[in-house]
Amino acid sequence: MSTPDIVRDERRLGAGAERLWRVAAGVGLAGIVVSVGLAFFTAGGFRRLGFAYLTSFGWGLSLALGALFFVILQHLTRAGWSVVVRRLAEGVASTMPFWAVMAVPVLAFMPTLYHWSHRDAVAADALLQAKSAYLNVPFFIVRLVVFFAVWVLLTRFFAGRSRQQDESGDPGLSLLMQRRAAPAMIAFALTLTFASFDLLMSLDPHWFSTIFGVYYFSGALVGFMALLTVSALLVQRSGLLRRAITVEHYHDLGKLLFAFTVFWAYIAFSQYMLYWYAAIPEETGWFVRRQSHGWGWVGLTLLLGQFLLPFLALLSRAPKRRPRTLAVVAVWILLVHWVDLYWLVIPEVSPQSAVPQLVDLTVLVSVAALGVAATVLALRKHSLLAERDPRLAESMAFENA
Amino acid sequence: MKLPLRLPLVPDLPEPGSVWGLLAEFDDVDTVLAAAEKVRNAGFERWDVHSPIPIHGLDEAMGIRPTWIPVGVLAGGVVGAAAGLGLQWATNAFDYPFLISGKPFFGLPVAIPVTFELTILLAALGAVGGLFVACGWPQLHHPLFSSERFARASSDRYFISIEAADPRFDPTKTAWLLEDAGATQVEEVRA
Repeated sequence: MSTPDIVRDERRLGAGAERLWRVAAGVGLAGIVVSVGLAFFTAGGFRRLGFAYLTSFGWGLSLALGALFFVILQHLTRAGWSVVVRRLAEGVASTMPFWAVMAVPVLAFMPTLYHWSHRDAVAADALLQAKSAYLNVPFFIVRLVVFFAVWVLLTRFFAGRSRQQDESGDPGLSLLMQRRAAPAMIAFALTLTFASFDLLMSLDPHWFSTIFGVYYFSGALVGFMALLTVSALLVQRSGLLRRAITVEHYHDLGKLLFAFTVFWAYIAFSQYMLYWYAAIPEETGWFVRRQSHGWGWVGLTLLLGQFLLPFLALLSRAPKRRPRTLAVVAVWILLVHWVDLYWLVIPEVSPQSAVPQLVDLTVLVSVAALGVAATVLALRKHSLLAERDPRLAESMAFENA
Repeated sequence: MKLPLRLPLVPDLPEPGSVWGLLAEFDDVDTVLAAAEKVRNAGFERWDVHSPIPIHGLDEAMGIRPTWIPVGVLAGGVVGAAAGLGLQWATNAFDYPFLISGKPFFGLPVAIPVTFELTILLAALGAVGGLFVACGWPQLHHPLFSSERFARASSDRYFISIEAADPRFDPTKTAWLLEDAGATQVEEVRA
C-alpha cells in the first residue's frame, strides 16, 4: 500500500452523516424529555435523575478525555502508525465544548448530588469544615470552568493545527504540536485528576483515595480505545478510509485496548488492596457500601466484565487482527465502562438497591445519542484523514512484526 | 502447529564432511524476496533467508506459519499463577497457619501481588525458554559459518540456505532453482 492509493479513498462524511446527527440529536432530546418525565412521576425521581445524569455524563466525558489524551500522546511520542486514525480521535476530542455545556446540569443538580454543598451539613460536620477551603460551591464552579477551559483550549490547539496542516502541508505544525505535547500532557493529567476528585469522589466527601484520578483515567482510556476501534470499523463499513486503515492498525488498537484493560484492573486492584489490608473504618466505608445489598454483584460484574473477559478475549494475536471480533469486544467494553461509572456514582444515592432504574438507561441513551451527534458534527466539515501529515506514509506502510 | 524436533542439547548435526546444504547469495532485497517465494512454492521445508536488515513481507514470502511460542508463554503464565496462589495457601493457611493482625489465613486480595509477579515471571521465562527450544539453542557452531561469503550476511548481502536434510533437496536441481531465482553465487556447504 502506498500513499497515492488513499487518494482514491472516500474521506469525507456524506449525506448519511447529515441524517445520522439529526436522528441522534432527536433521540437525545427525546431521551431528555422522557427522563425528566420519568423523574416527574416517581417519588424521589429528580434525586435519582441527578445521579443517573452524573453517571452517564461522567461516562461520556471520559471518552472525550480519553480521545484528548490519545491525540496528545501521539504527538508526544512522535507516533507514526496512528496517523490514519488520529483524525477520528481528534473528532471525539473536539466534542469538548459540548461536554462543557453538558456540565451545566451537574451544577444545577449540585444541592442534590453533593452533600458538602449544604451550609448546615458543613456546620454540623467537623471534617467537612476542615475540607471547606477546597470543597465549597464557588471554588467548585471556578475549578470546573478552569478544567473545561483547559480541555477546550487543548482540543482546539491539537485538532485545529492538524486541520490547518490539511491545507498548508507544513511539517512545522507537527513539530509545533510535538513541542507543546509535553506541557499539554501535564495540564491534562492535573485537570483530569482534580476533575475526577470534584465530580465523582466528592460524592462521599468523607472518603478519599489518592489513586482515584488514575482510576478514572484508566477507565477513560479503556473506553476511548474501544470507541476508536468501533468508530474505525463503522467508518470503513460506510465506505470511508477503506484503504487507509488496515488490519495492522486494528492490531495496534487491539493491543492498546488489551494493555489498558490490564492497566484498569491493575489500578482498580491497587486501590482496593490497600484499603482491604489496612481496614481502617474511615477508608473502608466507601467499599462496604459497594459490597452490601447486591452492590457486590456489580463489583464482580466489573471484575469479570471489564477485566477477565476482555483479557481472555484479547490475549492472543488472532482476535486483534479480526476487526469484527475486536469491535464486538470493544462494544462490550464501552458498556461495562458505563457500569464502572454506575458503580462509582449510584451507591451514593441508592445504597439499598443495585438494580438500575429505567431513568438510568434513558439518560444513558440520551447522553450517548447527543455525544454521537456532537462527534459527527465535529467531523463532518473536514477530511477524516490527516491528509498531509508528514508521517502519513509511515502510517500507511506500518506493519506489525 | 509443528513442535520442534531438535532438542537444545543434542543438535542433529550431520556427519563431518557430508553435504549440509546449499547457500545462495543475492545482491538485493527484491531478488531475495522473489527467490524466497520460489523456494516456498517449490515446497521446501528446511530452509532459511539471511539478511542484514529486516525485510517487510518476508514472512509471507517464506510462508512462515505462526509460532507455537505463545502457547509456551500461556503455559508459563498459568503455572506461575497456580504456583503463586498455591505457595501462599500452602505456607500460610495449610502448613503453618499463623494469625497475623486479624487477617484471614488466606486472603485473596493480599495473595494477588505475588500471584501476579509469578505469573509474569514464568510467562516471560516461557517466552525465553520457548525461544531457546525453537531455535535449537545453545548451538555453538553452525555449518553455515564455514562459508566465508556468509560473513556478509551481516553487512551487505542476502542469502538463502536450503538444507540437504529437506526431502525435496537435490544437489543439482536445487542449485538450478536458486540460480534461476537470481542468485549471484550458489555454493555447497559442508558440515
